[in-house]
Amino acid sequence: MKSDYVLEMKHIEKSFFGVKILNAVDLQVKPGEVHALIGENGAGKSSLMKILMGIYELDAGEIILNGEKVKFHNPKEALDHGVSMIHQELTPVLDMEVAENIFLGREIKHVNAGLMSLVDKKEQREQTASLFSKLGIDINPKLLMRDLSVAQIQLVEIVKAISLSAKIVIMDEPTSAITDKEIETLFEQITRLKNEGVAIIYISHKMDEIFRIADRITVLRDGHLICTDDANKLNKDQLIMMMVGREITEFFPKQTVEPDDVVLEVKNFCQKKKFQDINFSLRAGEIVGVAGLVGAGRSELVECIFGITHPTSGEIYLRGNKVNIRHPKDAIQNKIALVTEDRKYTGLNLKATVEHNISLVGINNLANYGVINRKNEAAAAEEQIEKMKIKVFSRKSMITSLSGGNQQKVVLSKWLLTEPDIIILDEPTRGIDVGAKRDIYLFMGELAKAGKAILMISSEIPELMGLSDRILVIAAGRLTGELKRNEFSQENIMRLASKFEAN
Amino acid sequence: MREKKQNNNLNSFKELGIFFAFIIILAVLMILSPKAFARPANLINILKQASINGILAAGMMYVIISGGIDLSVGSIVALSGVIAASFAHPGEYPLIVPILLAVLAGSVVGLINGIGVAYGNIPPFIVTLGTMTIVRGVALIAARGQPVFNVTKEFEKISGGFIFGTIPNLVVYFVVITLVLAFVLTRTVFGRRVYAIGGNETAAKVSGINVEKIKLLVYTLCGFLAGIAGLLLASRIISGNPTSGQSYELDAIAAVIIGGVSMSGGSGKWYGTVIGALMIAVISNGLDILNVSSHFQLIIKGLIIIVAVLVDIKGKAKK
Repeated sequence: MKSDYVLEMKHIEKSFFGVKILNAVDLQVKPGEVHALIGENGAGKSSLMKILMGIYELDAGEIILNGEKVKFHNPKEALDHGVSMIHQELTPVLDMEVAENIFLGREIKHVNAGLMSLVDKKEQREQTASLFSKLGIDINPKLLMRDLSVAQIQLVEIVKAISLSAKIVIMDEPTSAITDKEIETLFEQITRLKNEGVAIIYISHKMDEIFRIADRITVLRDGHLICTDDANKLNKDQLIMMMVGREITEFFPKQTVEPDDVVLEVKNFCQKKKFQDINFSLRAGEIVGVAGLVGAGRSELVECIFGITHPTSGEIYLRGNKVNIRHPKDAIQNKIALVTEDRKYTGLNLKATVEHNISLVGINNLANYGVINRKNEAAAAEEQIEKMKIKVFSRKSMITSLSGGNQQKVVLSKWLLTEPDIIILDEPTRGIDVGAKRDIYLFMGELAKAGKAILMISSEIPELMGLSDRILVIAAGRLTGELKRNEFSQENIMRLASKFEAN
Repeated sequence: MREKKQNNNLNSFKELGIFFAFIIILAVLMILSPKAFARPANLINILKQASINGILAAGMMYVIISGGIDLSVGSIVALSGVIAASFAHPGEYPLIVPILLAVLAGSVVGLINGIGVAYGNIPPFIVTLGTMTIVRGVALIAARGQPVFNVTKEFEKISGGFIFGTIPNLVVYFVVITLVLAFVLTRTVFGRRVYAIGGNETAAKVSGINVEKIKLLVYTLCGFLAGIAGLLLASRIISGNPTSGQSYELDAIAAVIIGGVSMSGGSGKWYGTVIGALMIAVISNGLDILNVSSHFQLIIKGLIIIVAVLVDIKGKAKK
């Protein structure tokens, strides 16, 4: 009997430490469809995919691939059966060239002699180049992965999955770090794969994308299957309701705060090759958005303001006084906080507990003569956990046991403990679930109300338009415009953000 | 809440794992040799044997938690021992002089390591491999290739003396240094920062931590402790031997690793290191008593290191 489905996962169950994270979950995927898998972080999407890829073992249930019952013990077996996954956290070998990464583990050889085989680098480069040109991707196969942008690395990973002639491609948040233009390239590739009968399981938090490309949608919540239906029978509000289990009204809770005095002024800020001649100011009680394409220099700008890197020229004024910030600790002393773009690499100590992460920056205020007052530390951690609604079993839990959204809240807490006046947020809601996003939005509003000045970089335009009082747009390292609330529109932002694109 | 409880159980079980292993080994040795091994005098002797390695291991623990390694401590032991003995001849200097100079020598080497690692951005393995070789050379030159004998009685008593007539001074030093370092590691801002830079150096820097300064302090501390260890060893062997302390760095690293400190930095408990140092001493003492040849002892010690790390990795994988 031939099934309609290329993949059926039936009654999948999985527990960790006695807690069920998947409860009789079903997933059926048809050949040639884009199947969106959505749910809040911790809903079980990743676990389900890890079971499919053979990274986790299932407790109960079965997986039927092409009508055949299968059970993979590792990702290699899954790949051999045509199931491939593009992970959210990319894992390229940074010191290898692009072509070598594409052919990693299945190198083209001059002569096959097991591990002693000589790799035909030239042939690999040529095949990579022809793959790239077929897909309209402009990356030199000879470059080292280290020298690529996050977006380019993502594209290489996608090409790698495509080149494996997979029957099922799992994409975990593939657009979280790439520009709109690159998203178009990605979608073209997805359409092309679809037409070839490849099934795509697409994990994303971005509603607009899901409705653009998904044929069918499966929603998970707390390890349960909530619904599987055709995309055109569902709408955004229904999806959000199913994901969070409650109705979310007014997704962007904009607080109206009357802006106060100017607290931060950046004048003629330049850094060689990264950004030039940036001027702007920030008032207390104001949320200023920073829009721009990935690679426009936004993160570089705020990292420079914060003292992680140094400007080649330019000045910073705090409440009218010129300050010299050479190191993050200078910035912290001046009551500036920076929530960086990448919480895993620059935000958190993944080997520490929630409590120790929260107290990382503000620890000096919790200590006498260098000796930590553990009661104060515990109280501060508990207070932040409650205030930020961080879902955690105990302040002593390891930070890695938290979902992405809750980890992000810990990063925020860490900075709020220093009672900053100026809070810079770089992609504060990247890759986190709807519920946590809303908590963070609400919190930003409260901070503004309390007289803090907030500068927020975001690649999600609806988020920028929903929360900001003003939006600064940066393109190719230059400030190309400033929009007031009544001038906000997707078109205006994109026009300014792509001003230098043509050159 | 169920998960929390089970998580805690799992954690404490893992931490207890090293205690269990230690107790099992103790029990086995006591059964095999109740008369010789289990005597109180022998147990105190074990503590004494563990003390110098234990002091080195404590410094090594700081370095490894901070994400580094220090290969130079064995050579520092030799150098500071030679310096101490050279200034401890009868009728020359007061006792404080050899003590201070030995500790200063160790601290200076540690400081140089720290400068190389923190400000030169040279990998710790390379910096300390270099200083390990250099310092050994300096020790040999300073001693003209020969052990330095003829030290005062007071100098001999630094390690050779007893408190209350029964507890060797060495054990007291070991306990006091361990407790002070444990306090610093777990309760002070400095200790927390050592963990932070070992856990995620970039995040630590962004969080305003002066990563270079902390690294400098960590390597200096490790050198300082190696200086003390060298002084104590010289006092114990009543001479400054420029070839002493060979492979002491490896014993210190072994104690730290057996104690469950991750080689990649950022995690580990002080009492694990103490148990690690005690374990090494117990095993060699026990095997000596059982008349196992020192050649076999090496094999057993090596196996224990590997098994300890294997258990550690498996324990982490389960989480």
